[in-house]
Amino acid sequence: MTMIFGVPAAAFFGQLLLGLINGAFYALLSLGLAVIFGLLKIINFAHGAQYMLGAFAAWLMLNMLGINYWAALFLAPLIVGIIGVLIERFLLRRIAHVDHIYGLLLTFGLALIIQGVFTNWFGVSGSRYPVPEALRGGVNLGFMFLPYYRAWVVVIALLVCFGVWFMIEKTKLGGYLRAGTENPALMQAFGINVPLLVTLTYGFGVALAAFAGVLAAPIYSVAPGMGANLLIVVFAVVVIGGMGSIMGAIITGLAMGIIEGLTKVYYPEASNTVIFLVMILVLLLRPSGLFGKEA
Amino acid sequence: MSTTQTVKPSVALEARQAADRRRWMLYGVMLAVALVAPFVAYPVFLMKILCFALFACAFNLLLGYAGLLSFGHAAFLATGGYYTGYMLSQHSLTPELGILVGTAAATVLGVLFGVLSIRRQGIYFAMITLALAQMVFFFYLQADFTGGEDGMHGIPRGHLFGLIDMTNNLNMYYFVLAVFLFGFLLIQRTIHSPFGQVLKAIRENEPRAISLGYNTDAYKLVAFVLSAALAGLAGSTKTVVFQLASLTDAHWHMSGEVVLMTLVGGVGTLFGPLIGAAFVIGIEHQLAQSALGDWVNVVLGVIFVVCVLTFRAGIVGEIQKFMKKNFR
Repeated sequence: MTMIFGVPAAAFFGQLLLGLINGAFYALLSLGLAVIFGLLKIINFAHGAQYMLGAFAAWLMLNMLGINYWAALFLAPLIVGIIGVLIERFLLRRIAHVDHIYGLLLTFGLALIIQGVFTNWFGVSGSRYPVPEALRGGVNLGFMFLPYYRAWVVVIALLVCFGVWFMIEKTKLGGYLRAGTENPALMQAFGINVPLLVTLTYGFGVALAAFAGVLAAPIYSVAPGMGANLLIVVFAVVVIGGMGSIMGAIITGLAMGIIEGLTKVYYPEASNTVIFLVMILVLLLRPSGLFGKEA
Repeated sequence: MSTTQTVKPSVALEARQAADRRRWMLYGVMLAVALVAPFVAYPVFLMKILCFALFACAFNLLLGYAGLLSFGHAAFLATGGYYTGYMLSQHSLTPELGILVGTAAATVLGVLFGVLSIRRQGIYFAMITLALAQMVFFFYLQADFTGGEDGMHGIPRGHLFGLIDMTNNLNMYYFVLAVFLFGFLLIQRTIHSPFGQVLKAIRENEPRAISLGYNTDAYKLVAFVLSAALAGLAGSTKTVVFQLASLTDAHWHMSGEVVLMTLVGGVGTLFGPLIGAAFVIGIEHQLAQSALGDWVNVVLGVIFVVCVLTFRAGIVGEIQKFMKKNFR
């Protein structure tokens, strides 16, 4: 058997793949947080709950209405995104003029509500979501077994990440978004409907979280608490990368997933905490974050 | 020059003295209520309120007066609790020594958290403290001495100074009240000291405080450590009262709960956290006994949202606003 630094190659690459998948989720979620933060200047504490909503939306659609995975991949983010739009329009907008800390507290309260309601409806233990027919099985690469679904998750998540990057950095709509991040008042003076842009941006960030949730459903079990602990790790990722750069969020997310995966191979006891340790290191050496501009 | 001048106290000074007198009278009434309370209400419930009130007061020192929102204060509460529990059950220390050890442990952790987290501001500060506290949570989950998922149970209350039997709930209550008053008065002194004034200046405008020559990082760090130490004191005391220490105290939920208590009572008011703690603990107590027991988190979430949308100043803050508008 091939060994890599004293570990069987199959285990090494297996954990590397799992790390890459986790990294893809970190990237998707921190991307959404960064987009929302850019325009609204709030940290969306409900992001984990909205990720969970995405997974549950897919699960409910499959079990109640018989809607399959591929349709859910579009419908779940759409539905949860609309919920996000309503949250922004009727709750967050009312406190946009006060200290941004209140936005954080409001979304924290929403997260408690959403998570609490789902826990009461479905219990704490999770339900399984079957892998879609077309992506069952896998291929033996010689050094490891690659399940098709996991490969699909990495590929599609990366495509969406770079799609968002392209949209924000290279298109006109993205230009509006970046202008709004710099100076919303001036942009409003140029006749652009900033409140609408803010609402849609929040909805979009939330939809990204829900999309990640649907992707995650067949890998992890669909449970009310699935987003809460993940979100705290994503916060650490955001602190490491800084929210100033979209590409920075993507790269940091992937890198942290891989580091976590490798830690699982070589020192499993620390796999829960390694990202927090990296965060501490970054705070000591480069307090503004790897890609950050703001303090 | 031998003309003696009769010093006339200014009107403003008189008014301030009158306000001071009124304040001390209010303190006196509240103290009297606190002394009689265990004969009217269940002492253990009152002790729970006092412990969480101290926790919330400690948190409020940081948020209300230094403007720093920590989302990781559960780590200090749990650290105080675990170390005190360990000292009481494994080393048979007397409760006051156990509490000292627990508080000291929380203080050390506060220094570590503080040094790291004050390097960033605002929203990042909240995320860093949350992440650090999560790390502490995992540590206590995996460490041997904490009992992991099961926690520590049956921690002996022991004898205070080796003399006073703490298994008596009344003795325990007056001890907890004394601890709370110590913490409360320390915070009150801190807020009204020159140090507290500088903290407020940093909260209002940090660049200006820096330009006036203040080392704002040092001030923030001291405030953070003091807040952590008092949160640890609250956790230590709580462990002696309930004779247990568990992961519940280390969970991020607990960090959120103390934010809620402070917010509901009134951020940056002296009595707000006390009222807020009583309010939240009271509601949890009522819900636990009713059919809605499983909905506690949902109810807390709703209170969060309603509070942020409609009365951001909190109960005490809104009362103060109302009084200012109508009685001045």
